[in-house]
Amino acid sequence: MTNKAFDLYQQKITTAATQDMVLNMGPQHPSTHGVLRLELITDGEIVKEAIPHLGYLHRCFEKHAEALTYQQTIPFTDRMDYLASMNNSHAWVMGVERMLGIDQDIPKRIEYIRVLVCELNRIASHLIALGTYGIDIGAFTPFLWCFRDREHIMGMLEWASGSRLLYNYIWIGGLFYDLPVGFEERCAEFVTYFKPKLKELNELLTDNQIFIKRTANVGVLPLDVAINYGCSGPVLRGSGVKWDLRRIDNYSAYPELDFEIPIGKGEMGTVGDCWDRYKVRVDEIAESLKIIEQCVERLQKDLKRTPDFDPRAKMPRKITPKAQDYYMRAEGARGEVGFYFMADGKTEIPFRVKARGPSFNNLSVISELSKGVMIADLIAILGSIDIVLGEVDR
Amino acid sequence: MMLSEIKDLLISKFGSEVIVGEEAGVLQPALLIAPSRIAEVCRELRDNEATYFDYLSCLTGVDYGVEAGKFGVVYNLASIPYQTQLTLKISIEHGRDVEDLPTFPSLVDVYKTADWHERETYDLLGIFFEGHPDLRRILLPDDWEGFPMRKDYQAAEYYKGIKID
Repeated sequence: MTNKAFDLYQQKITTAATQDMVLNMGPQHPSTHGVLRLELITDGEIVKEAIPHLGYLHRCFEKHAEALTYQQTIPFTDRMDYLASMNNSHAWVMGVERMLGIDQDIPKRIEYIRVLVCELNRIASHLIALGTYGIDIGAFTPFLWCFRDREHIMGMLEWASGSRLLYNYIWIGGLFYDLPVGFEERCAEFVTYFKPKLKELNELLTDNQIFIKRTANVGVLPLDVAINYGCSGPVLRGSGVKWDLRRIDNYSAYPELDFEIPIGKGEMGTVGDCWDRYKVRVDEIAESLKIIEQCVERLQKDLKRTPDFDPRAKMPRKITPKAQDYYMRAEGARGEVGFYFMADGKTEIPFRVKARGPSFNNLSVISELSKGVMIADLIAILGSIDIVLGEVDR
Repeated sequence: MMLSEIKDLLISKFGSEVIVGEEAGVLQPALLIAPSRIAEVCRELRDNEATYFDYLSCLTGVDYGVEAGKFGVVYNLASIPYQTQLTLKISIEHGRDVEDLPTFPSLVDVYKTADWHERETYDLLGIFFEGHPDLRRILLPDDWEGFPMRKDYQAAEYYKGIKID
């Protein structure tokens, strides 16, 4: 009973090979953003069907999490969505804190630092998304500009945590270290530096006629389809619904912060096309800058660093949650980062952990979006979904 | 809508045997549903104007261990219009033979999210979903033997004749 589906799949490929053309895109194709293999059944330039093959980057996150303590798993969560590590570990840490019942005791300064680094990381992640999207479509310069600006964020996060990509900075009940002296000032400097650069990027890419011609009205994702496929983050918001877990769940310091939720409006074509998804990311960068400004202001005034402040003070010595199940969701750079915990109440090791990567669900819509499009448009669609294969495969 | 109201709604629609239990008094309460009815329950919760649970956040397959002899699936639903969350659980007692897998109804017709999540659950835990259109392995290679997330899984010594260190 188990191999029937595989036989059917093989039969389909064999039939297609004699009637149409079967084309493999990936796993080493540059525009698949990693090791994703799309098996395309094509009729000339038209894609009849795209069958995604995943798993090339599967690193057994869930199996590891079942063998390690909650604290030891944090570095593994960083490696899921390696472009927005802070957001992943933030979700994991909040989940464990809620199970322990200490989520209300976390000092305000720590919450604000967490939000600050998360938003910095979100900008860095979106910059990669925008830059590589430009490259997919044939614009090379925005890529270099985005990487130039992202480098500032990487430098700052390295200063705070000691590494450039995989930080292990947010810990259960606290932080690895307090922010280095002068970090807030440098953040403020970065915001002043980056605001005009974002405008330049808009002039170069967002309003570029060639770019609009390639992305507007391409890969239109209707809202009901997006919801049914479990899309989240910019992909869902691009289809025109204000669904941002930072506002819905009001976790961490977000209820005290003022920011808008950008959604796709169909300015250049239809609501939910590739351009809308791209534009949501651009607008989110501007909103994240607003959040950073507010965080920096508070961290410099009423939440100022004091000599006796210990970011590890609230860290529990032994992390043994009561026997319970808990699903934690938080807004990562790509959408809903979810962790389902099953704690048995006896050990420091979770009984079962399931990671819900936003890219995994966002990518599943590709077979729906790719029906009857040109191969070149498929690249534009895939780029606009902005997947990270580390998180798809976990 | 509160959990008790959802419970009443389901009982009035499908009868009391559809709900086999409830996990209350914890951080995230859950409803235990009769496994064979899960698809219709979810369809009702999705389409009913009072609930609109239109979003399947997460689907988790669970192996409760060798001693418990039980397999289950946990569904985390969310409602975008009402901004609410709901956890549903189903489970059956079943042996661990890899030729005879525990079987649940598939939710693909209700939520397309379930497509890849169920494939992943089949891949890693060996839980079969009746009615799934394309239940192939998704993360592991098609010729993989065994189900690695099962609690009694032994890592293979050889893979295609290559010794694994």
